[in-house]
Amino acid sequence: MEQSLLTAILATGVIAGTPILYAALGELLCEQAGVLNLGVEGMMLVGAVTGFLVTLQSNSQWLGLGIAIVAGGLMALIHAFLTISLRANQVVSGLALTIFGTGLSGYLGQTLIGVPLAVTFKPLPIPGLSQIPILGPIFFQHDVLVYLSYVLVAVCWFGLYRTRTGLKLRAVGENPGAADAAGVNVFAVRYTYVIIGGMLAGMGGAYLSLAYAPSWLENMTAGRGWIAVALVIFATWNPAKAFWGSWLFGTVDVLGFHLQTLGITVSSFFLKMLPYIITIVVLIIVSRETKKRHVAAPGALGIPYNREER
Amino acid sequence: MLYDMIARIQFEKRSGAARSVLFFAPLLSVVVGLCFAGIFIGVTGKNPLAIYILMFEGAFGSAYGLSETVVKAIPLMLTSLAVSLAFRMQLWNIGAEGQLYMGAFGATWLALNFPDWPNYVLLPAMLALGFIMGGLWGLLPAIPRAYFKVNETITTLLLNYVAILWVDYLVYGPWKDPNGFNFPITAPFSDSAVLPSLGPTRIHAGLFLAILAAGVLYVVLKHTKWGFEIRVSGESAVAANYAGMNYIKNILLVMFISGGLAGIAGMTEVSGITQRLQHGISPGYGYSAIIIAWLARLNPWAIVIVSFVFGGLLVGGYSIQTSGLPAATVAMLQGAILFFVVGGEIFVEHRLKISGKRGNK
Repeated sequence: MEQSLLTAILATGVIAGTPILYAALGELLCEQAGVLNLGVEGMMLVGAVTGFLVTLQSNSQWLGLGIAIVAGGLMALIHAFLTISLRANQVVSGLALTIFGTGLSGYLGQTLIGVPLAVTFKPLPIPGLSQIPILGPIFFQHDVLVYLSYVLVAVCWFGLYRTRTGLKLRAVGENPGAADAAGVNVFAVRYTYVIIGGMLAGMGGAYLSLAYAPSWLENMTAGRGWIAVALVIFATWNPAKAFWGSWLFGTVDVLGFHLQTLGITVSSFFLKMLPYIITIVVLIIVSRETKKRHVAAPGALGIPYNREER
Repeated sequence: MLYDMIARIQFEKRSGAARSVLFFAPLLSVVVGLCFAGIFIGVTGKNPLAIYILMFEGAFGSAYGLSETVVKAIPLMLTSLAVSLAFRMQLWNIGAEGQLYMGAFGATWLALNFPDWPNYVLLPAMLALGFIMGGLWGLLPAIPRAYFKVNETITTLLLNYVAILWVDYLVYGPWKDPNGFNFPITAPFSDSAVLPSLGPTRIHAGLFLAILAAGVLYVVLKHTKWGFEIRVSGESAVAANYAGMNYIKNILLVMFISGGLAGIAGMTEVSGITQRLQHGISPGYGYSAIIIAWLARLNPWAIVIVSFVFGGLLVGGYSIQTSGLPAATVAMLQGAILFFVVGGEIFVEHRLKISGKRGNK
C-alpha cells in the first residue's frame, strides 16, 4: 500500500475515533466512580441534536458545543439520580437513558434532517507540528476539538493516577464503604463523575454533528456510544489506552470507505458491519487477557452504595 | 447545596412489599412517564394532552385500531418473553432486535426456496428454523459470556447492528425481488408460507404462539427443577455452582431459548404480516421488549397484558404522525416510562423518609 494512502487512512481514523474517544473518556470516569452508564448512545444523540440545533440558530459552533455539553450533563443527571439516590438498577436505567435519548433526539431533530450548517469546526493545522512527516498529517492537521481530546486524555490520566482527587475517585469506585469512612462524600463524587461523563458524551455527539459529518441524521451515532462502552473495557479503565483504542476503532470505521476507493469490491453492508464485529472480537480477546492478568473493573462497579448497609 | 438536599432523602425498608404498591407502581410509572415526556412535547409548542388523546383514540378507539394494537402486541409479547427469560438469570440480552431479524431471515430462506411444500410442512419448518436462527444469534454472545465473562449487554447490542445489516444486504442484494420496482423487498411468499389470520383483520396465528409461549414459560419457571435453577443462578452464580447446578450450561441454554423466542417473532412478522422479507421489518420491538419485561416484573402473564398496552402505544404513534410528530416520539415516551419504572422500584421495598439533617455516620 502506498505510504500516502496509509497516512490518509490513519489520519481519518483519528477524526473518526474522536467522538468515540470523548464518550469513552466520560464513561471511563463514570465507571471509575463505580457507576455503569449504558446511556452513552442516548446522551451522544442528544448532544448531537442540541449542538446542531443551537449552532443553526446562533451561527456559533462554540455555543452549540456548550449547549451539547450541558444537555449531555442533564441527561446524565437523570441516571445519577436514579442509580445513586434511588439505587435503581444501573443496567436498566442506562438502557432507559439510551431509549429516551434516541427518541428525544429524533423528536427534536425531525425538521433538521438535510439542513446545512453555515458554521462548523474546520481543520486548523498546528504550525510546526503539522510539518512533521507522517505524524504531522496523522495527528496535527485536524480541528480544535481533536487537539482538545489529546489534552483531555493527558489530563484524565494525570488526574486519575497522580492526584489526590483521582485517588478519591478510584477509592469510591473500588470500595465506597472505605472511602466513606475516610471522609470522602461518596454521593457527591459519584454525582460529579456521572455528570462529567454525560457532558463528555454530549461533546462526542456534538463532534459528530458539528465537525465529523456536519449535519443531523436520525440515529447518526450508529452504535458509537456502545463502542465507547466497549472501549472502556478494552482500555482496562486507563485513559491512555483509551486513546489508542479509539484510534483503532476509528480506523476500522473508515477502512470500509478506503477499501472501496482502492477498488476492493465487497458489499458496503459487510464493510459497515466491520466496526461492530471488530469491537466484539476485541472485547473477547481483552476479556480473556484481563482474566489472566487480573486487571479487573473497579470493585464496586454497578453496585449501588447504601450507607445503612455499610 | 444540592448534594445536601439529596443526601437528606433516605429510605427505610418495609417489612414486605405491599400488594397495592406492586400493582400501582407500574401503573403510576406509565402516567408519570407520560407527564415527563409531555414537558418536552409542550416545550416545542404542542399540546401533549391533545396528542395523548389522539394516540389513545388511534389505538383503542376503533375496531381497526384495536386489531392493529393486537397485531403489534404479538412480536412485543414474544420478544419480551425472550428477554425476560434471560433477565431472570441476570443475563442482559439486549439483542432481541437482532435475533428477531435472524429469525425472519431463517424463515424467509425456507419460504423462498421451498414455496411448493404444503403449509402444514412449510409453516412448522419456518417456525423451527426461525427459532434456531434466532437462538444461534443469542448463543453467539452467550459463549464468550459463559467462558470468559465478556459483557453480554454490549455484545448482544452490537450484534443487532450486524443482523440488521445482514438482512439489508439480502433485500438490497441477492434476495431482491426483480419485480419489486427496485424496493428493498424479497419476492412475496407463496400461500403455503403465510400464517392464517383471523377473519378480515391482520391478527395472525402468531398470537396463539405468543400466548402459548407465555403459558409454557410460566409453568417451566414456576413448577420445574430447571426453572428453579434459573432463578437460583440469577441470584448468585456461586450458589448455583455450590448446589451442583451447571451454571455455564444454563447460560448457553437460556440465551439460546431467549434468542429463539425472539426469532419466532421474526418468523411470525414475515409470515403473518409482511409476507416477504423487507428492510426495517421491526420498528424496535426488541428495545420495547426490555421496557415491557421490566414493567411486567418478568411475569409471563403480565407481559401479555403490558405488550397489549405497548402495542397501543405503537399504533397510537402511527396516528400522531399525521399531525406532524415524528415516529421517534414513541421511543421518547417509552424511555420516559422506563425511567419511572426503575426509579419507582425502590418504593416497592422502601418507605421514603426525608430527614431534617444530613445523616451522621
